[in-house]
Amino acid sequence: MTSLDRNLATLVNGRAIDLAAVPTLEAEVLAQAMLEGVSAGWRVAALFAAAIAGQTGPQLFLVLVDDEHSELHVAQATIEDNRFPSMTPRCPQAHLFEREFAEQFGIVPVGHPWFKPVRYQRSWTGRDAWQRPAEEAILPGVGDFYRVEGDEVHEVAVGPVHAGVIEPGHFRFQCHGEQVFHLEIALGYQHRGVEEALLGGPDKRSIHYAETLAGDTTIAHATAYCQAIEALARFQESPRSQALRGIALELERLANHAGDLGALANDVGFLPTSSFCGRIRGDFLNMTALLCGSRFGRGMIRPGGVGFDVDQARLDELSRRLDVAEKETAEAVNLLWDTPSVMARFEGTGPLPQQVAGELGIVGPAARASNVGRDARRDLPSGIYSFAHLPVSTCDSGDVFARAYVRWLEIQQSMEFIREQIHEIPPGRARAALGPLAPRSLAIAINEGWRGEVCHVAITDAQSRFARYKVVDPSFHNWAALAYVLRNQQISDFPLCNKSFNLSYCGHDL
Amino acid sequence: MLKILLARLRQGHRTMRYPQGPVPAMPDRFRGRPVIDAARCRAGCGACAEACSTGALALAPKVSLDLGKCLFCTDCLAACPEKALTYSSDYRLAVRRREDLLVHQDQQVLRLAAALDGRLKQLFGRSLKLRQVSAGGCNACEADVNVLGTIGWDLGRFGIQMVASPRHADGLLITGPVTRNMELALRKTYDAVADPKMVIAVGACAISGGPYLGHQQVNAGVEALVPVDLYIPGCPPHPLTILDGLLRLLGRIRDGSRGDSQRQTACLS
Repeated sequence: MTSLDRNLATLVNGRAIDLAAVPTLEAEVLAQAMLEGVSAGWRVAALFAAAIAGQTGPQLFLVLVDDEHSELHVAQATIEDNRFPSMTPRCPQAHLFEREFAEQFGIVPVGHPWFKPVRYQRSWTGRDAWQRPAEEAILPGVGDFYRVEGDEVHEVAVGPVHAGVIEPGHFRFQCHGEQVFHLEIALGYQHRGVEEALLGGPDKRSIHYAETLAGDTTIAHATAYCQAIEALARFQESPRSQALRGIALELERLANHAGDLGALANDVGFLPTSSFCGRIRGDFLNMTALLCGSRFGRGMIRPGGVGFDVDQARLDELSRRLDVAEKETAEAVNLLWDTPSVMARFEGTGPLPQQVAGELGIVGPAARASNVGRDARRDLPSGIYSFAHLPVSTCDSGDVFARAYVRWLEIQQSMEFIREQIHEIPPGRARAALGPLAPRSLAIAINEGWRGEVCHVAITDAQSRFARYKVVDPSFHNWAALAYVLRNQQISDFPLCNKSFNLSYCGHDL
Repeated sequence: MLKILLARLRQGHRTMRYPQGPVPAMPDRFRGRPVIDAARCRAGCGACAEACSTGALALAPKVSLDLGKCLFCTDCLAACPEKALTYSSDYRLAVRRREDLLVHQDQQVLRLAAALDGRLKQLFGRSLKLRQVSAGGCNACEADVNVLGTIGWDLGRFGIQMVASPRHADGLLITGPVTRNMELALRKTYDAVADPKMVIAVGACAISGGPYLGHQQVNAGVEALVPVDLYIPGCPPHPLTILDGLLRLLGRIRDGSRGDSQRQTACLS
């Protein structure tokens, strides 16, 4: 570890560090540090490029997480000749990050095994990593796809417009009869240029960008955004606002987990749980609306605390509704485990082995279902989670059943957590004004959203404006897992596998 | 099996009686149609417009708010020193013409969506099949459109259904600002719907570009590509706002009133 100690700066979640204190390495050394860190059990939370004033070329930033010791490790490298030695062949979890910085900054990860665009967008710098002519339109989903050839092999293409009310994406299956040999996923249809628009911020739109990075993850993303700028302002949130943020985050988890269990039931044709949970999800959304007027938590999380405080009557009402929802959810969800026809479809479908989940850097319930016990609420605690501890729920079969069951375990713990917070809510202010942000600094804020780790990295310039604002939605890590688990499955199981991950397109596409 | 039946019994019948019965209770902090009390405005003050992130507020010729751009946040409320801006609990926001989304001193109450006329109403009034296209945005509008399909709302009882193919659809329900990367897919989907067809734009993004207005990666809403027949504002609109808009379009709810109960009974029976 000694070379890592020398090459990387260490900080904790929710803190800022002087940009000058982030070691600047040669590109090869940075790549080596990533490899060493990952082989020591760390993982890549973010790897991205930035244009930093005073530097000749783009800077590459690496954020590694050491879950065991609750530490974050960062380094930067100056990129010469717009080339970087690709680490993907030896570190698969870097694969999409490398394609992303290639697309955004025109930096070529030399030796990348599947070098394609991520979002089908123009480079920010005018340098194109694929040397496409500037006047040529970039069409989403157009380009090479992995293909299997053979007499009885056929290809199935789905999307971007799907059959249900869901977001756009393109899925290309290589099939032998019903059996899927390979699935490749092309996204970018939801790309709306949020990271680019955040440059030069914070401004009056920034918080709204954070709230709409992924609409179903409004609370987690808005909290990460607020924690990042609070870190830059050296601001300490009040205990009361921490508790309220925690309640809102767990309500978001409850709504989505309950909705997912209903949707999984629907995908195997088990209508009782599907109907009950579809409605119960709405009850949880309405609890969030009880707090702030919006079912998705718009306006709840604001820099310096929360946008809406609560009185005792409101907490009592929340508590009452939670009691009802708890009974109804338990009844609806437990039907799943008691019904053999459901279990027959859940068990053994779409298994993600523990080792693969680790190598791909999978996060959230999908990782925990494969017995990769990472949860930012325990491993990188911030806000209320520094004081209130939640047990980490894991399963070991890694299949659709495990991803469903982990959600059920988490539902129960989130309810317990919210009850505790309601009972012991600290007095004091729910929001305070922030001071000026620190110039030339880097701040990292990580939260455990319902899908998994939400990671925001803010870098300020000399005027304390965002020189870079990096967002990593958990879906960015996890789409690869969905493609992986489809191998050797029946193509008809795709909807079920897909729903068991329920990943975000807009959170990936930004 | 017994457990399932028992659960079914305990969960009960949960479809709301609206629009025949009472309007579902809205949260007390719900932000519905904004109300501007311009008499309170200080001369020369433009704090609200300054605070608005999407340019929904204009000061001249009079203080007005474009609901097509409004995110229904609290930025303008917090900025106004005179508390001249408030949100009412009025969830009814859907209109047929873009200009009807403007709220100002002389137009506090919206000209709510009128029903389809003549032949279209005859065609779609009792059976409307919609293809949803998600074209950018954050998936919150899609989520609350989906909610209408749950047992609590049961959109099917009005003869409205989301269908899997544009070939089966009478129109499109579009969310998102229409990213450049979704332009072609949206055009193809629109072309695949048989005439006569309708387009419903749901949410600030689909109406104006929303928080992404001005980004080179997106259009300023659906209208840049296809004509719109119904605008349902919000970020995202509440399911009740969406349902209210759809029912008005089909003539199931009349102006100002909650519902025409006689017609409802006739349609539902």
